[in-house]
Amino acid sequence: MKVGLFIPCYMDQFYPQAAIATYRLLLKLGCDVEYPEGQTCCGQPLANAGNEAASRGSYLHFVTMFEKYDYIVAPSGSCVYHVRHHFDTLDQTDAVKKVRAKTLDLTEFLLDVLQISSLPAKYPHKVGLHQSCHGLRGLHLATSSELVNKPAASKLHELLSMVEGLTLVELDRKDECCGFGGTFSVKEPDISVKMGKDRIRDHFSKGAEVITAGDMSCLMHLEGIISRQKIPIKVIHIAEILNSDEI
Amino acid sequence: MMPHAQKAAIFNKDEARTDWHDASLWMVRKKRDFAVSEIPEWEFIREFASDIKMHTLSKLDDYLEAFEKAAIQNGAIVHWAADAKEHNDIVLSILNKHQAKKMVKSKSMLTEECHLNEFLELHEIEVIDSDLGERIIQMLNEPPSHIVLPAIHLKKEEIGELFHRELHTEKGATDPQYLTEAARHHLREKFHTAQVALTGVNFGIAETGEVVVCTNEGNADMGVHLTPVQIHSMGIEKLIPRRSDLAVFTRLLARSATGQPVTVFTSHHRNPKPAGEMHIILVDNGRTEQLGKPDFRSSLKCIRCGACMNTCPIYRRSGGHSYETTIPGPIGSILTPGIDLKKHGQLPFASTLCGSCTDVCPVKIDIHTQLYKWRQIVSEAGLPEAGNKTMMSIMGNGLASPSFFHRLGNIGRKLLRLFPGKERFLSFTVWTKDRDLPKAPVESFREWYAKQAKDAQ
Repeated sequence: MKVGLFIPCYMDQFYPQAAIATYRLLLKLGCDVEYPEGQTCCGQPLANAGNEAASRGSYLHFVTMFEKYDYIVAPSGSCVYHVRHHFDTLDQTDAVKKVRAKTLDLTEFLLDVLQISSLPAKYPHKVGLHQSCHGLRGLHLATSSELVNKPAASKLHELLSMVEGLTLVELDRKDECCGFGGTFSVKEPDISVKMGKDRIRDHFSKGAEVITAGDMSCLMHLEGIISRQKIPIKVIHIAEILNSDEI
Repeated sequence: MMPHAQKAAIFNKDEARTDWHDASLWMVRKKRDFAVSEIPEWEFIREFASDIKMHTLSKLDDYLEAFEKAAIQNGAIVHWAADAKEHNDIVLSILNKHQAKKMVKSKSMLTEECHLNEFLELHEIEVIDSDLGERIIQMLNEPPSHIVLPAIHLKKEEIGELFHRELHTEKGATDPQYLTEAARHHLREKFHTAQVALTGVNFGIAETGEVVVCTNEGNADMGVHLTPVQIHSMGIEKLIPRRSDLAVFTRLLARSATGQPVTVFTSHHRNPKPAGEMHIILVDNGRTEQLGKPDFRSSLKCIRCGACMNTCPIYRRSGGHSYETTIPGPIGSILTPGIDLKKHGQLPFASTLCGSCTDVCPVKIDIHTQLYKWRQIVSEAGLPEAGNKTMMSIMGNGLASPSFFHRLGNIGRKLLRLFPGKERFLSFTVWTKDRDLPKAPVESFREWYAKQAKDAQ
């Protein structure tokens, strides 16, 4: 099984440690994983800004880059959601269909494909879990709080429960949006920041030392506010926790 | 029209008030969560309701004719209004026919949409909104900020102040019981002297020709029972085929709206009173056009519960007035661009596309998908909300080119490394107004990967 690793553009440049953790974790779990170096972007930033037509080229490039892999794994529910749902505007060739079906978020790949039930990970900290919206409601990585599905499930919770020493804090609002929203963060900066502040307060007031999520973009936005307001709390991508062997 | 972002920025200047507004609506969302958690088959009912509505919309012409026929048989007078103006003219003609100068009106978003009050006031008709929240904002000369809770943006102290001024209640009184009692007496007099009552319609039943009105205050019933002439204004999308279908919707509506199992009153109006007149006005006002758009047709399933507003993290932090539409919030942002793209084209961008609206919607409208689709249309129309088209096209080509993409990324990161902490002074970047940029690492993942691949060889 050959796995192609897709790393979102901003993670490549600003959060290489989360990308490295994803890569090492997949290696550790015995995957034959490769990072195709010609990769660019899934096209979501332009498309969400209303310019789907302009992102067509990057969609096609994505398909070309990744069609040869059995699975395409990305540490981002948001990019994966974009590929799976919004590449519907392309001609549905066999390559496009395959890429759409086989592109998975890291957490669903670990649980649904590798079917892991334990991890050699240790992270003795109090952690708040932020459910990134596209993973949550787009990929159904968890049961959103609006739905009445019982029992409620959450892939991120399931994976974090495998980590030794980790304590999850209970939040008041378990899946409210952080306010990033791509272009929204700069089109509506006041609400975007207010939403972020409110999320951080929820985590911080429950004693979380660290906020984790499946999407680094949410965390980048929260980190920007945390840093500006000098709040003693950190952000860390879930891949870094799952790959952690901190003693 | 002021951009939503600017209105939202003003709303957020008083952070304590924003927190209060957010908490008030979040409480309604939590009540809704509790109420729906008691219904194990909730997701099934949502699907069922969605199917009924999609079916009805697919044969709307047939059902409208069936409804009209049955209503006429019941003794009602049925009018057809293509737009707001026709609707308002019909209401005025009914009032004139009865030489009526005073009309009580229960909650009706449709008449808000048609700006009926302003129109009738120009013709010297006194319109009294009889729903308490509506009456409050009518006294303030403000539009509703929410479709179910029209005065949710006001604090009880402000209502106390208003009632002191308008209804001569004690100065400084804030007790909701006391204030409601004052409003009750004030409205009672209006009910007794009005000649015509107008209500909104929650559901029209094609099989029986009756209209169903759901209220908590009984004000719609009071109006209809006390006046000889009753008017029911109804959007054409309010139809459901059979009376037996209604139970599906009454189970969804109040739970989604306020967390109540059912509204206090669910009134079926079928026949005129003895010696009375019953009018039903069927209003299109853009609905047929929306029905003709396959991507947005399903927005007409909406039963106006307001749950998407209560759950929307943007609505809660910007208030209903920031949308400048009759129907604010997520559903309004997919209904109104079809009416006036230039005016409302910015609204699909007032969202993070978090999808909470879609999951909370009792009739399963894929609101966030439609927001995304409206963005594409706004862009195609060349409106500024979607950014400069040429720039976007250049960016698009860049994103498809590995060499351009990698160079741009590296330049960006290295610039940040050259000026650590200085980005704050780059005041032109909106991001850094209240947020820092991420700290730029020495090497990108790509560089790290290339190096370790080389080492492995």
